[in-house]
Amino acid sequence: MPVAQTMKIEVEDLRTFYGAKEVHHGISFHIEPNEIFAIIGPAQSGKTTLLRAINRTLEFTPGSRMTGTIRVDGEDVKKTRSVYELRRKIGMVAPLPVGLPLSIYDNVAFAPRAAGITDRRFLDGHVEKCLRQAALWDEVKDRLDSLGTKLSGGQQQRLTIARALSHQPEILCLDEFSIAIDPVTTMRIEDVLKELKREMTIILVTNLVQQARRLAARTMFLWNGEIIELDSNEVMFGDTPKDRRTYDYVNGIFG
Amino acid sequence: MANSSEKRPSRGALALLSERTIESLIYVCGFSAIIFVFGIFFFVFKEGAPFLTKLNFTEFFFSKEWIPTSTVQPKYGIGALIVGTVSVTVVAMAIAVPFGLGAAVFVSEFCTGKVKESLKIIIELLAAVPSVVWGFIGLSVMSPVIIAVFHVPVGVNLFNAALLLALMSVPIMVSIGEDALKAVPDSYREAAVALGATRWQMVYRVLIPAARNGLLAAVLLGVGRAIGETMAVLMATGHAVNIPDSLFDPVRTLTATIAAELGETSHGSDHYQVLFLIGVVLFSITFVVNLTADLVVKGIRKG
Amino acid sequence: MFTETPFIRRKRRAERIAQCFFAGMAAAMVIPLFLIIGYIVIKGAPAISWEFLTENPRSGGAKGGIWAAIVGTFYIVFFSLAVSAPIGVLAAVYLSEYARENWFTRMVHLAVVNLAGVPSIVHGLFGVGAFVYFANFNDGKKSIIAAALTLAVMTLPVIITSTKEALAAVPRQFREACWNVGATRWQTIWRIVLPNSISGILTGVILQVSRTAGETAPVMLTGVATYKLLESTGLFLYHPIRDQCMALSMHLYYIATQANNVPAATPYAIATVLVGVVLVVNAAAIVFRIYLRSRKKW
Repeated sequence: MPVAQTMKIEVEDLRTFYGAKEVHHGISFHIEPNEIFAIIGPAQSGKTTLLRAINRTLEFTPGSRMTGTIRVDGEDVKKTRSVYELRRKIGMVAPLPVGLPLSIYDNVAFAPRAAGITDRRFLDGHVEKCLRQAALWDEVKDRLDSLGTKLSGGQQQRLTIARALSHQPEILCLDEFSIAIDPVTTMRIEDVLKELKREMTIILVTNLVQQARRLAARTMFLWNGEIIELDSNEVMFGDTPKDRRTYDYVNGIFG
Repeated sequence: MANSSEKRPSRGALALLSERTIESLIYVCGFSAIIFVFGIFFFVFKEGAPFLTKLNFTEFFFSKEWIPTSTVQPKYGIGALIVGTVSVTVVAMAIAVPFGLGAAVFVSEFCTGKVKESLKIIIELLAAVPSVVWGFIGLSVMSPVIIAVFHVPVGVNLFNAALLLALMSVPIMVSIGEDALKAVPDSYREAAVALGATRWQMVYRVLIPAARNGLLAAVLLGVGRAIGETMAVLMATGHAVNIPDSLFDPVRTLTATIAAELGETSHGSDHYQVLFLIGVVLFSITFVVNLTADLVVKGIRKG
Repeated sequence: MFTETPFIRRKRRAERIAQCFFAGMAAAMVIPLFLIIGYIVIKGAPAISWEFLTENPRSGGAKGGIWAAIVGTFYIVFFSLAVSAPIGVLAAVYLSEYARENWFTRMVHLAVVNLAGVPSIVHGLFGVGAFVYFANFNDGKKSIIAAALTLAVMTLPVIITSTKEALAAVPRQFREACWNVGATRWQTIWRIVLPNSISGILTGVILQVSRTAGETAPVMLTGVATYKLLESTGLFLYHPIRDQCMALSMHLYYIATQANNVPAATPYAIATVLVGVVLVVNAAAIVFRIYLRSRKKW
């Protein structure tokens, strides 16, 4: 399939369940390489669950299950050779910043170490690179040994991004990353994302419609586990999206 | 693709192997509890089983004649021992249930902050006093007190042991009971107070019915503890095979009989085997009590 | 100003009565304990001396001290812990980190609950059947190792329960963060979960020490002698497989009920030492817990 080769992520007829409750009702879409792809929609629409299905951390929730296919780089995630490789290929940033109870250095070195890298010189350089990419280096370079959990919320969120970058992902998923941080930090991270777009594919889950509009090339409107509309930002945020509900949601009339 | 997988080093074979090993160890240890429960039943039953062929079940359970060391005609009736265990447990619970649950209500509803913390710590320490110390307390502290207060000839008796068991089973009742009360949503309390109920009424009409199952489980666990207790009852009941007429008669329990007599028997003798069969009886009783308590607790979680 | 109606006054009084009533319930449980422990200590303390603690019992326990019993208790606690702590911690790791929600996990939970509820004397019978005769460490005779293993099985639920609580106190988001970067379950446990719950686990282990030290019924069937005449007063009084030992708890039972010509204060002194050991260990665990809570990392 030549088409499949050019797609970063393909989702076909995805259905997910928590126990008897169906979250996604058979959705299909694809994400191209090196685009910023935004997913918007009200709470409980299945945005987070979608990300967790892609990197297969959904299976850590008891009673969850999925049907349909998700392919990353053409490889079915359910049949992947190593689920850990798959997760390393995908950087994941959760809504609330999670500094692991380790030093700042160890937070960023955690993933490379888990992957078996012990070379101290490589790690030093790598930690610096990731912290720089996440625009955190200048603030923490003198206290890399202090606890990551003691940083401020905005710093912790950038630490989380640095950690997500530390395993050299090809895809970066951000799940409502700005929910717990101030607008200035949010703008700084948005600038970081524009830089990172050159190197990787970015999936941006957000409940801030304007953020999707600022950053993404294409936006998907997910509602109650179904795709209401998926199109380029010109259409989605223009005056005539195909679905009336998109217009209403984007313009704050409902949701 | 080839390029990108090159930059991702994989973990060493040794690391993977040790991870596999430790994980299988974790699984084995996880199953160990099941293995031990079956093991306990198996070994206790195995030691006692040969006597089953000679055992007259009616006599075993209902006869009150326990004369295991007779050289002429040993008698193995545990009726009196069962009555002993049951009577001690019942009297102990009659004392412990109101006090234990009352203390649970006090800790959960009337205490806050430092007082609550310290009370919980004291109750934790109360639970830590070894049973042999309780037995010693019964023997040398409470016994003279009971003789003096109630004017009875012997101080080591049913009442003494029951009092000890009550004190011993209170901590578990308080901690489980407090958990149960804590699980009652605050909105119930607020609603009761908004309707003008006093805290007294709130406890009676709202909290106790709402936490019913948890409190029942607390009582059952206390019962299990009381039935299984050995050293305290061995030292404080008077240890006489007897069906009690009054609170101040000496009695003997199933557990104490095993503790006192097993050391005197020879491996494989009838007496030895019967003591193990008593062990099977005890195991079964506590198994049922604990299972019930667990099911009751699960009942609250489901709502 | 707000005037008190008779109704409100009555309600207030009822409120106060309720409070006093339940406080009385709690006090009725706590105050006797203090009185009794105080009484034991007052009667026992004068008999406790350096000689009492460091000399071996003589003349069937009527003379001498309790050194051999202290060492015996230490032996039993040490070997029992060496077995049950690793098994218990790993079992708790299984239950909290690996187990899926299915009937088998439910069985394991039930087994833990029931193991905790089996009477101590039945554990003793199990020890006789399984360790004294079946495993036959010491040619069909009681031994320290049999007693220690019996107590290890018996206290397993204690360590499993406390470790599970300690593991559950580590927030789930830490685990998710680790899984997200491609760490395996075990890497997550080893690098994040265990280091951050070790204090809680240790508290559980400390509590287990006190529980193990006080047990009497199971060890008297499997490995503890009522009285042994020993010359040496060193630390290595016993061979863990070939010997029975004395133990503080059993010594109290023996002195209080069976020994002859014992000075009246001796059992009180033994009880004081035993309660002292148990309470000090428990208090240490509580202090440790409070201290660690104060320097949590998140």
